Amino acid sequence: MVEPSFALAQIELDISMTSKSPYLRIERVSKAFGDFQALKDISLDVQAGEFVCFLGPSGCGKTTLLRAIAGLDIHNVGTIIQNGIDISALPPSQRDFGIVFQSYALFPNLNVVDNVGYGLVGGKMSRTQIKARIAELLAMVGLVAQGSKYPGQLSGGQQQRVALARALAMSPGLLLLDEPLSALDARVRQHLRGELKQLQRRLAVTAIMVTHDQEEALAIADRIVVMNEGRIEQIGTPIDIYRHPTAAFVADFVGQMNFVPVDCESEGRVRLGEAILDVNGESPMAGAAATLCIRPEDIQIRGVVVGQGNSVAAVIERVEFLGSFCRAELRLVCGRRLHADFSINAMRDLSLAPGQDLHIALPADRIRLFPVPVSAASHHG
Amino acid sequence: MRCCLLLLGLYLTVTLVLPLYTLLAKSLQNKDGHFVGFANFARYFADPAMLQSFANTVHVSAIGTIITLLLAFLYAYALTRTCMAGRGFFRAVALIPLLAPSLLPGLALVYLFGNQGIFKSLLFGHEIYGPIGIVMGEVFFAFPHALIILVTALSVADGRLYEAAESLRARPARIFLTVTLPGCRYGLVSASLVIFTLIFTDFGVPKVIGGSYNVLATDVYRQVIGQFNFQMGAVVGLLLLLPAVLSFAADRIMQRKQVALLSARAVPLQPKPRPLTDRVFFCLAAAVAGFLLLVLGMALFGSLVKLWPYNLSLTLKWYDFARAGTDGWGPYFNSLRMAALVAAIGTAIIFGGAYLVEKSRGAGRLRAILHLLAMIPLAVPGIVLGLSYIFFFNAPDNPLNFIYGTMTVLVVNTICHFYTVSHLTAITALKQVDAEFESVAASLKVPLYRTFWRVTVPVCLPAILDISVYLFVNAMTTVSAVVFLYSAETKLMSINAINTDDAGNTAAACAMGMTIVATSAALKGLHSLILRRVERRTQAWRKR
Repeated sequence: MVEPSFALAQIELDISMTSKSPYLRIERVSKAFGDFQALKDISLDVQAGEFVCFLGPSGCGKTTLLRAIAGLDIHNVGTIIQNGIDISALPPSQRDFGIVFQSYALFPNLNVVDNVGYGLVGGKMSRTQIKARIAELLAMVGLVAQGSKYPGQLSGGQQQRVALARALAMSPGLLLLDEPLSALDARVRQHLRGELKQLQRRLAVTAIMVTHDQEEALAIADRIVVMNEGRIEQIGTPIDIYRHPTAAFVADFVGQMNFVPVDCESEGRVRLGEAILDVNGESPMAGAAATLCIRPEDIQIRGVVVGQGNSVAAVIERVEFLGSFCRAELRLVCGRRLHADFSINAMRDLSLAPGQDLHIALPADRIRLFPVPVSAASHHG
Repeated sequence: MRCCLLLLGLYLTVTLVLPLYTLLAKSLQNKDGHFVGFANFARYFADPAMLQSFANTVHVSAIGTIITLLLAFLYAYALTRTCMAGRGFFRAVALIPLLAPSLLPGLALVYLFGNQGIFKSLLFGHEIYGPIGIVMGEVFFAFPHALIILVTALSVADGRLYEAAESLRARPARIFLTVTLPGCRYGLVSASLVIFTLIFTDFGVPKVIGGSYNVLATDVYRQVIGQFNFQMGAVVGLLLLLPAVLSFAADRIMQRKQVALLSARAVPLQPKPRPLTDRVFFCLAAAVAGFLLLVLGMALFGSLVKLWPYNLSLTLKWYDFARAGTDGWGPYFNSLRMAALVAAIGTAIIFGGAYLVEKSRGAGRLRAILHLLAMIPLAVPGIVLGLSYIFFFNAPDNPLNFIYGTMTVLVVNTICHFYTVSHLTAITALKQVDAEFESVAASLKVPLYRTFWRVTVPVCLPAILDISVYLFVNAMTTVSAVVFLYSAETKLMSINAINTDDAGNTAAACAMGMTIVATSAALKGLHSLILRRVERRTQAWRKR
């Protein structure tokens, strides 16, 4: 069920997609709070209808960037262009966005209907139009029966939906979400995450969400912007970010990762202890030290033959049962340790147990090398 | 927004900073207005009579502080840490002195211990007029202020600490010394600073019962009103600022040492019944409450008898102010009018100002300065503020000179006098309002003033009512600042009571004092009624 206005928006969206001029363009934006440089030279394009997540540890500047886009904390340097208009100097009230905060910021003395209709009253709409719009929004977030309740009488998930409906009431071109799910229980969070994504797709509204939860970002985003210390580390699709982290920080922050120091033997070959490993992709100069990265689930164990390329001998030190799989701590002959994820099947078939010797393979296309020193890798040893 | 902030800055500059500056300047000038450096101060400290009243002030303040602190601590402990009967009643009684002008305990003490007092013999030949009377009156006057702070300090306690101490087999005395006392150390220090300052600068009690025992506050009055010695008045006025400055320094040092006593995991302490302890504290609380009620009751009785102590038959003739040869009911209506204006205008300015300081965006330095300015009145005793106002507004070359002697100057002065507590109440309430409301409103293109009216004011309504009642009651009871500023047309009830007592008509003065108490009490009652109404009507959202 697509309402006519949304269908129209969809057409416009397609046009803008094809013309390839981004809906939101952030150019060389910097922001300082006193001596603290919160954003350092940020540039980023967001396409219309896209769902972008800003991901990073707390204090990385992701919320500051969102607030700069909203005009709540105006940046010091750089420009932000939305829909072809330079909005850098505009106050929030003259920008086109809806926002949902972590605290929801629902007006406690207004009921759900009044909260949702807060921005509609006093505009050009008639009373009946407003009523119809509120009903439509409440239906959209599934809160039709809760209209006369006050925020304090709603559950966290319901409050979050009200905040979302309120933000979408004026049909903004841009939806900003500041950690909207992090105040919720894990289960509610997962459920709402799916709904949020569906709703965003249906309305074709451009959305930017700030989160520190990598799983959430991977699940919901069309593109992820990984940030650290006020800089963008990497921009890419969830699969890109996970499979091909371009920076050690990203490799470490998103998902589990093994970091192992190695020496480069020659182009595409590194030495790990006694073993020589082939590596696809770029590698540092021969003779240089490097850090090898491989995800625990990429370490192969089935059908590995002694002497096979990229194989190493190891012994299982510890096994941690994690439900659908097991994480084993392996000690290589050279003394280095690696984490490897084994399916329950593999554990059973190969009857893996602590103390057992085995041969593992590190597939060349799953290994990434980063130059040493890698600060993020330092605490992994 | 910035415009409003600047307006607020201008208002505070005119009503606070410039008058205080004028006072400071005056203390460094001679009679002709020439700068003479610290000559006035030198003259002050060379005068043994002046030094004597300084010593007197320190003396009665110290004794009064110790007694008040001890009584208030025991009383607060009884209210918060025991299961004694009638805690609600005792709490209400303890706050009664807040409704009375500070001269009222003085008058009551005259009836109780004066030359014709009932309990004169209890003084063993000592005079009530002088330090004894001042200390007794000040204890009555300062008690609720100390109690509020100590009750707050004692209410905040982690029950787990007591369970831990008990499980380690600490004896009650040890628990008290190692857990209870350290836990409210900060409250004890700030309570003692607050009441020392209050007593040090109070005017009403020593005026009525001080006799020939001079203190700084009465000195200022005598220097300025009696001898027109403005320069010396300014010097004494500045000396009255001393305890506030010391308190500020002490507070800073304490706050640096203060660590959060309550973590998020703390479990509130629930007092358990201890029959013996509860009974002992009940007796203590009853004695203190009895003293407070005795003082108030005596003032009431004094205002109702024909001729103390010879003819004790009851009469209402002292309430017939027109016949008592004073200004009739005029001052009462002046007081009512002033209190209403202060409550209405003051609440608007102070709450609006606090909103700007707390919620506007940008202009960080200006907002910080405004907040700092709003804190100053707390440190300025009424008598000093009143003095500053004469110096500033009565200056012939001040374009605002025309408001001198009008109701306006009384209202402006009283708002300024009670600015800080109201400001802090407003800030506390505003801090509890989600900081993102203004951001949401901006994203919804709703102008700020609409969110202010539709959300901020309704959410803060209880605090707004609190502020207006606080301002009203204080405007009704205040004496110290306005005593310099009233004119024949704007004479207030509290001042009329002082003048009437000066003229020897103690009974009529008592009647006036009791009229103020009754008005304040009525307003407090009205306040709780309105609050209940408002809560039922507009605060439905507070219920879950």
